Amino acid sequence: MADANPNWIKRLFTSQLGPVFALVVIVVFFSIAESILASGVFTSTRNLRVIMSSAALIAVPALGMTIIIIAAGIDLSAGTTLTLCGTVFALQLQNSPVPASDPAFVGTMLWALLLTVLTGCACGFLNGLLISATRVVPFIVTLGTMTIFLGIGQIIAGESTVYAPKENIPQWLSLCFTGSQPDKYLIPGVLIPTSVIIAVVLAIAVGLLLRYTVFGRNVFAIGSSESTARLCGINVPVMTVAVYTLAGFFVAIGGLLYFADVKNGNPTDGTGKELEIIAAVVLGGGSLTGGRGSILGTIVGALIITVIRNGCTLLSIPNTYTHIIIGCIIIAAVIVDQLRHGSPEWFFRLLPAREGR
Amino acid sequence: MEPASTNRSPASNIETASGDEDSLALFQVRGISKRFGPTRALVDVSLSVQVGEVLALIGENGAGKSTLLKTLSGAHFADAGEMFIGGQSYRPKGPSDARQRGVAMIYQELNLAPDLSVEDNILLGQKGTGGGLLMRSRQRDVVRQALDSVGLEHLDPQSVVGDQSVATQQLIEIARALAANAKIILFDEPTSSLPQKDVARLFEIVRGLQASGIGIIYISHFLEEVREVADTYSVLRDGHNVGCGRIDEISDDQIVSLMVGRDVNDLYPHVPHTPGLAWVQAEGIMGTPYPQNVSLSLRRGEIFGIAGLVGAGRTELVRSLFALDHLDAGIVTVDGTIVPHKVRARMNAGFGLLSENRKTEGLAQDLSLTENITMGSLENYTELGLINLVKRQRVASDLMTKMEVKAHSSSQLVSELSGGNQQKVAIARILHQQAEILLMDEPTKGIDVGTKAEIYRIMGTLAAEGKTIVFVSSYLPELLSVCDRIGVMNRGELREVRDVADWTEETVMATAIAIDDTTNEE
Repeated sequence: MADANPNWIKRLFTSQLGPVFALVVIVVFFSIAESILASGVFTSTRNLRVIMSSAALIAVPALGMTIIIIAAGIDLSAGTTLTLCGTVFALQLQNSPVPASDPAFVGTMLWALLLTVLTGCACGFLNGLLISATRVVPFIVTLGTMTIFLGIGQIIAGESTVYAPKENIPQWLSLCFTGSQPDKYLIPGVLIPTSVIIAVVLAIAVGLLLRYTVFGRNVFAIGSSESTARLCGINVPVMTVAVYTLAGFFVAIGGLLYFADVKNGNPTDGTGKELEIIAAVVLGGGSLTGGRGSILGTIVGALIITVIRNGCTLLSIPNTYTHIIIGCIIIAAVIVDQLRHGSPEWFFRLLPAREGR
Repeated sequence: MEPASTNRSPASNIETASGDEDSLALFQVRGISKRFGPTRALVDVSLSVQVGEVLALIGENGAGKSTLLKTLSGAHFADAGEMFIGGQSYRPKGPSDARQRGVAMIYQELNLAPDLSVEDNILLGQKGTGGGLLMRSRQRDVVRQALDSVGLEHLDPQSVVGDQSVATQQLIEIARALAANAKIILFDEPTSSLPQKDVARLFEIVRGLQASGIGIIYISHFLEEVREVADTYSVLRDGHNVGCGRIDEISDDQIVSLMVGRDVNDLYPHVPHTPGLAWVQAEGIMGTPYPQNVSLSLRRGEIFGIAGLVGAGRTELVRSLFALDHLDAGIVTVDGTIVPHKVRARMNAGFGLLSENRKTEGLAQDLSLTENITMGSLENYTELGLINLVKRQRVASDLMTKMEVKAHSSSQLVSELSGGNQQKVAIARILHQQAEILLMDEPTKGIDVGTKAEIYRIMGTLAAEGKTIVFVSSYLPELLSVCDRIGVMNRGELREVRDVADWTEETVMATAIAIDDTTNEE
């Protein structure tokens, strides 16, 4: 019962801006800590660009994950799908008959892009189909497909990393990522990394999709109560397949951005990425029981993870400790999110007594 | 079968020194108050239960009955007030503390671990362990005794709880309370999910508990039931105690007016409507296991009641009319056209279903009223692929006003509303779907008297507009008062359909429990 929360607790946590508040606190903390303990580059515009473009790498696939999680699903295969897509793309460029400077390269590029996006969508489609047809829980289905997609990636990559020759990588593609150098952005004069622009455009599109379309509202309906959605004539199996396929599209775009960053395709790179993606959604207020989650939250969640990692690096905190810090932040975020919804009950039981004294 | 009315409780004998009731009270509650944020759920509530007495706690939904029981059983903490058991102060720190002090609560949604055995369930949370090890043999006797005293002599303590019927599970839960030496047992609407014959059995058990000196507080919406089982009553309204006394000294009408705070001279408001021509036909509907070869025809502007025991296939029938469940055979036609067995197709043909499970299926509890009312039919609001949220909000608000839903705004979450208001939201959604054939499965289940009357009125109004209503209910008085025709189901078959004037409670029941000649041999 939401009414059980004392007012001040409610006011603090109820607003959707909770994750934004957390992000601000973290940024302020690192700004101060880093300017005292290190060189003070944390707040430089260059570093901000680095943070934003790294966050975009998480945020784009997390857009699809947000839709899945709102629909009460989960996709553990997102990480290996992402690098499978990157590998497919790298292979196409590697095998390009002409270098990027040749006008005929356009055909190769279009085909490579199409194939990559189709790969992502096909992976999602398979997940969705298995989930609706077998009624096995998404966690298990995607746990299985996670390793399947990893294996497929390793087979097509010949069990090694796929390097595309430099001359086969067009300049603009490299410019899709390059976080720190403002002279190398795709749109000259705009001092925002191209990957960030892509992420923002996609985020706005998904935000609109979730809020203003029948599809988006049906995603919320299914996530809140699948049986109610069925009762209202929503075709749940078809919706499930559509949700996972769409998420696959965003994973594919994420794979392209990742390729633009590392310039190679390594199918094993993706292992563990799915957890980072899921963490971004959860930090942004997404509930694994479905029905809750927001695009703004997910973007903020991706930023929180990146800011912590970046800040820890600048403070020369070893990577191992960064893992622990991020883990603690995730758990703390979920606890705060639960407080917003009046759980755990024992905590609120303690409050009125304290107020009374 | 018929419980003898002379078999009254021993409480009337015990209460000899009625001049000084307080000193005799087994359980005494004084001035309990409880608030949730700005909401005052309980205000200065007092009551007392004597040894071997059944106190009926009566009130509309949202009056504070469940909150009160939860406070008594340690699930909530009172903000003010005091409680005594046998004269000793009682302030439970939590449900397990309450259990140790002898107060056990039987929730409406039972609280058993379905995968564990009966024995393990009964022993759950018991302290009778030696150094952390279960003392099996000693405890077996306790379990056996507890099961025997709730009439489950033949139940194997090793059987799995999930395999038992709801009624048996409820008795197991009572047995658990007894095994924990409960002195006071609190029941929250124990009969709402029980078939009739199990209700009678439950009442026998309750009388047995009384005879052994246990005090009982009992919530129920059914006044007949209250009369049958309780000695005293206490009426709650908006968290206040508005009346209490001996149940045989007050009439039903008086209780109802205490509950709603006004005179309810008509529990079953009648809106004049005349059934028109038959337009919906169902033929040979067969499911696994139910329904069994059901055919029926529905007229415009009629309220068609479906009676029968719980488990007779009534819910399965309406769900198959709505194409929610798989069907083995049968066709449904509307205006002579066959409607495919798909939910969408049935909805487009005018069907709408009000689920029996309001909480889990009927409504998405975590979504707003607007979302719930418009769920599944948003096409009318889309312009160029985008939903016009303002228009959607306005239509939802209009429907809320029409249905007299009591809520702050249409963006409030459904879970924050009382049961009756939630039901109105669920009905509002069916109206939003433009349904012409409303399949209403137990629409008044767990709803207070005042709201029930409103729902009957809404049904009548809809019928007067020419809509067809199929009304499934286990509560015969409402079927007989509200419907134009009633069909009785028995083991998946629609046994008999008659005009309401040709039915009585007795004939409906006789048809509902009639046994086929073939199975009559015993």
